[in-house]
Amino acid sequence: MYKKINTPLTEEVVKDLHAGDTVLITGKVLTARDAAHKRMIESLNNGKELPVDIKDQVIYYVGPCPAKPGQFVGSCGPTTSGRMDAYTPKLLELGLKGMIGKGYRSNDVVEAMMKYHAVYFTAIGGVGALLSERVVDSKVIAYEDLGPEAIHLFSVVDFPVIVTIDMYGNNLYSMEKEKYKKSSF
Amino acid sequence: MREIKADDVRRTVELLCIKANYYLPNDVLNMLKEKLHEEISEIGVEILNSLVENAEIAKAKEMPICQDTGIAVIFVEIGQEVHVVGGSLDDAINNGVKDGYLNGYLRKSIVRDPFIRINTNDNTPPIVHYDIVDGDKLKITVAPKGAGSENMSAFKMMKPSDGIEGVKKFIIDTVEASGPNACPPLVVGVGIGGNFEYAPLLAKKALLRPIDQRSSDDDVRALEEELLFKINNLGIGPQGLGGMVTALAVNIEKYPTHIAMLPVAVNISCHVTRHATAVL
Repeated sequence: MYKKINTPLTEEVVKDLHAGDTVLITGKVLTARDAAHKRMIESLNNGKELPVDIKDQVIYYVGPCPAKPGQFVGSCGPTTSGRMDAYTPKLLELGLKGMIGKGYRSNDVVEAMMKYHAVYFTAIGGVGALLSERVVDSKVIAYEDLGPEAIHLFSVVDFPVIVTIDMYGNNLYSMEKEKYKKSSF
Repeated sequence: MREIKADDVRRTVELLCIKANYYLPNDVLNMLKEKLHEEISEIGVEILNSLVENAEIAKAKEMPICQDTGIAVIFVEIGQEVHVVGGSLDDAINNGVKDGYLNGYLRKSIVRDPFIRINTNDNTPPIVHYDIVDGDKLKITVAPKGAGSENMSAFKMMKPSDGIEGVKKFIIDTVEASGPNACPPLVVGVGIGGNFEYAPLLAKKALLRPIDQRSSDDDVRALEEELLFKINNLGIGPQGLGGMVTALAVNIEKYPTHIAMLPVAVNISCHVTRHATAVL
């Protein structure tokens, strides 16, 4: 049973999301991955403002394929989130409320999520064609020179994700793996 | 000498880059459907169904299966009776990759320098492996490799005294450490033997073998089956969210090695184990 939510995320919505919830997201979502994260943090370190306001926003870790004629976007599945870990606590401190990616997060990220009340969603890796059908608009809004790594503003409708780490620190990866592990060999 | 035009090579590489990225190989698609019956996790079943549906959408819409259209890894087998005319073979392959990634609307994922990370904007240069073989044919295989799984791959110079049990443990530990990051269900390519540079190449080549085809060597086949069983009891499951289908196959290639060496390479691949081949 999917829970439907809208962006921007509010504190109330985040509080109500728990590891294991399957969620459909509708609204605007920012995209950023390795190079955009590095540049955002360098800007902050140099005393500059971010090119986009990230308060209450969701960042999707994705570098989409180019759109074919007639498409809004090409394949656009999640990339591995762990590469953004070094940059993430600072963004959470600035009010980022949600992240969509795949794979493990560091303890520092989980602690910052608990402190600043944010949620980590995962989308299914390797289904970029399927997920592209849930993106109804895409435009580059910053760092255009980074090509696929530029910051895009996606409009998504019923974008399917799973709450994998909630603001209480519950982690679906460790919860589920133990259920199926067989240590008999 | 049989002459092959460089431009025919360029065009072939272009088409193979597109084909490999749009169409999930049938062996993988069939194995996903087969493994659906082994999965007991509800979310695992949903994920495996999504992977099949995604492959069908990509095929119907002629678009990439996955947005990570990879670094282009190209295996070229050149018959010793072949003479490439009308340009250099290297340039033809490079230009084929450029044309494939531009004309196929594939993502450009290559940066010029590991530290000064500026995108080359055409996905070149590829990684090309040349082999000289008998005959008058030119066989080209394009195997685009994504970073999510490549980053979880590992290599180790083991000691001969570590033996087969040590090798099994290293392979299983590598898969377990990759957890959700490499987008399971995985195809695990393993290279055992050779030396420092050859074992990883064997592991990469192991990924080219159809995943429903076990090794022709009885001992290796038994090892592949045992490792697949153990990996699928780790509990990782589809996307690391728990379940029985962590890997679709373990493909192992061996090679003679030195009296003092036991090199082992594990090249992790996600279900998007892409490769397309043409013979000129």
